[in-house]
Amino acid sequence: MPDMYDNSRPDRYFTEAHQAFRQSLRAFVARDITPNVEAWEAAGHLPRDLYRKAARMGIQGVLFPEEVGGSAGDFFMQVVVTEEMARCGAGGVCASLGSHSIGIPPVVAHGSDALCAAFAVPVIAGEKIAALAVTEPGGGSDVAALRTTAVRDGDHFVVNGEKTFITSGMQADVITVAVRTDPVSRGAGGISFLLVEGDTPGLERRALKKMGWWASDTAHLTFTDCRVPADHLIGVEGQGFRAAMMNFNSERLIIAVQAYSMAQVCYEEALAWARQRRAFGGTLTEQQVIRHKLVDMAARIDAARTLTHDIIWRRMEGLDPLNVHVARTSMAKIQATEAMKFCADQAVQILGGMGFMQGTASERIYREVKVLTIGGGTDEVMRNLAASQLGI
Amino acid sequence: MKVLVPVKRVIDYNVKAKVKADGSGVDLANVKMSMNPFDEIAVEEAIRLKEAGTAEEVIVVSVGVKQAQETLRTALAMGADRAILVVAADDVHNDIEPLAVAKILKAIVDEEQPKLVIAGKQAIDNDMNAAGQMLAALLGWGQATFASELTLDGDAATVTREVDGGLQTITVGLPAIVTADLRLNEPRYASLPNIMKAKKKPLDEKTAADYGVDVSPRLEVVKTTEPPVRSAGIMVESVDELVSKLKEKGVV
Ligand SMILES: Cc1cc2nc3c(=O)[nH]c(=O)nc-3n(C[C@H](O)[C@H](O)[C@H](O)COP(=O)(O)OP(=O)(O)OC[C@H]3O[C@@H](n4cnc5c(N)ncnc54)[C@H](O)[C@@H]3O)c2cc1C
Ligand SMILES: Cc1cc2nc3c(=O)[nH]c(=O)nc-3n(C[C@H](O)[C@H](O)[C@H](O)COP(=O)(O)OP(=O)(O)OC[C@H]3O[C@@H](n4cnc5c(N)ncnc54)[C@H](O)[C@@H]3O)c2cc1C
Repeated sequence: MPDMYDNSRPDRYFTEAHQAFRQSLRAFVARDITPNVEAWEAAGHLPRDLYRKAARMGIQGVLFPEEVGGSAGDFFMQVVVTEEMARCGAGGVCASLGSHSIGIPPVVAHGSDALCAAFAVPVIAGEKIAALAVTEPGGGSDVAALRTTAVRDGDHFVVNGEKTFITSGMQADVITVAVRTDPVSRGAGGISFLLVEGDTPGLERRALKKMGWWASDTAHLTFTDCRVPADHLIGVEGQGFRAAMMNFNSERLIIAVQAYSMAQVCYEEALAWARQRRAFGGTLTEQQVIRHKLVDMAARIDAARTLTHDIIWRRMEGLDPLNVHVARTSMAKIQATEAMKFCADQAVQILGGMGFMQGTASERIYREVKVLTIGGGTDEVMRNLAASQLGI
Repeated sequence: MKVLVPVKRVIDYNVKAKVKADGSGVDLANVKMSMNPFDEIAVEEAIRLKEAGTAEEVIVVSVGVKQAQETLRTALAMGADRAILVVAADDVHNDIEPLAVAKILKAIVDEEQPKLVIAGKQAIDNDMNAAGQMLAALLGWGQATFASELTLDGDAATVTREVDGGLQTITVGLPAIVTADLRLNEPRYASLPNIMKAKKKPLDEKTAADYGVDVSPRLEVVKTTEPPVRSAGIMVESVDELVSKLKEKGVV
């Protein structure tokens, strides 16, 4: 299968080390992940052994500093991981294996050394599973309105409230929970991050059934008088909202990468199918209608990928003011998820009846479009954000 | 004990090779290149010997174009300790013949004094299956080719070889040359931490002239052609029809 991109030679974004890791990951994903996707989807979660294997490859620690067991790679190294992981064609695998990449950065950036040693290090080593719990049944987009409370009682916080749609929430040993530590404040000011262990008494978890991402365990969490040691507070009390928002930029870029990479999987599956499928005396690739569909797919993938890489590069070079970066990141998330939506739709169409059948990547990815246009900031919220950042 | 592993940069095994218009060989311009898969197995075996405490140092060598240093970096990222690049060609289409490679390797063996050389049984580009054997002859060492199992015990290596009729187990005294077959092991994938470490490992660059070896070709390629295109098959309805078709073709 010829690649639309030459991933063997370095360019402005990817050095030799990036491409070397890409080759290595491609083989790892093809051998240790893709053949197992259906079994993991049936199980509804990933095996713990996979986290260890991924950690040994350097997947789990790609961006984290060496002190906590990471490789201190640059953001393009994360792009390599996300692009190559997506080749398994199952977003749920990527989501659950990557849930620590939203849960653990606040711990490493703002947590005490003791918290890092006890929780960040084992997660990065693949020994523990981490999750981030922000969204509540009462609302996800409006983070500042969250209602879960953590009230100080001696050397503990007592946590009460509910979180929902939490990725890896069933299996997580370490949950970074956004809570309101100042009961008087109603807005962004009183929000903090608290690290709650999965086996804390009073924490109940319920698995949620979903349209897609079946290999990822998504949970509804209920906290009833959960006592959490006060030193599990991550960073400064009341600074949680800022930390959550900073986290979001990277998360959105990664979602964009995942989206155009999934689009690429659809394109490749549709192309391979169209090349060998015969109808009306020739292959489907001989039909102009199909050829045009494939080009339209390739063009959208290329546009989303190029945009996303440019945003990341300009961020690394420090070229854009923050508002421009945030606006472009929001727009890239929209562009890339639209490319995925378009490509999944076209691929299923090109596959014909087979595209409606389980067992094809395109069928699965078609069901995974919506979570990427909702999670990590909905399309509408992204447009609102871009508009305000651009001063519209 | 030092182990030396020669590695070759070849056309990636996933790439569908295309013959150059003038028939002089396979077109390698802008084609993805990788480490010869049998050499990967050889590197893996050497690293396992090191991990088991049998070998102290794993040295990888590549003879070819300058870009072969990427191949050496891959070997370093898998776990080899240092690398020697012998630049012997400036065009990717100039393949260095096995005898010249063996002569360069001999010079390096004389310098480095490894007790074991593990090579791939053949390179997947030209399928010569010769460099290891020629090196053994030049050095006057024992050789165990097509290895599917290797155990070291003091001054001897016990090697299971994949031969036509099955498996053959032989013992060779060290120093020796072993060439790796497909089932010797399953090579590891380079992890990110090891790729980062590999950047700092030593990679010496030499030329064929440094070893006084003349690499000019002795073989002449007469012609290179694409394999014949397979014609379309036919579906048969029954066993009887299959048998009669085969009879028609005169194959049964
Ligand atoms: C599979 C999955 C996994 C998830 N994993 C996690 C996780 O690990 N951790 C976590 O914390 N959360 C997680 N989420 C939650 C996700 O972040 C939220 O679903 C998302 O933020 C949207 O919140 P909501 O579902 O409450 O929708 P709402 O906020 O209720 O929004 C509903 C609709 O209203 C629109 N809307 C809201 N406000 C505005 C406005 N101002 N203007 C215009 N339109 C508006 C939205 O765009 C949306 O279309 C996950 C979600 C899914 C589906
Ligand atoms: C759930 C389900 C139930 C079904 N039930 C039945 C049933 O009960 N009985 C039955 O007989 N069938 C049934 N079908 C089959 C259905 O009718 C076929 O899937 C449909 O006719 C398309 O055929 P195909 O899947 O072979 O796709 P193909 O014919 O291979 O087409 C693949 C793609 O190529 C396109 N294409 C093909 N030819 C051209 C062309 N000349 N120019 C441009 N584009 C072209 C198509 O539009 C499509 O996008 C069912 C299918 C499904 C998914």
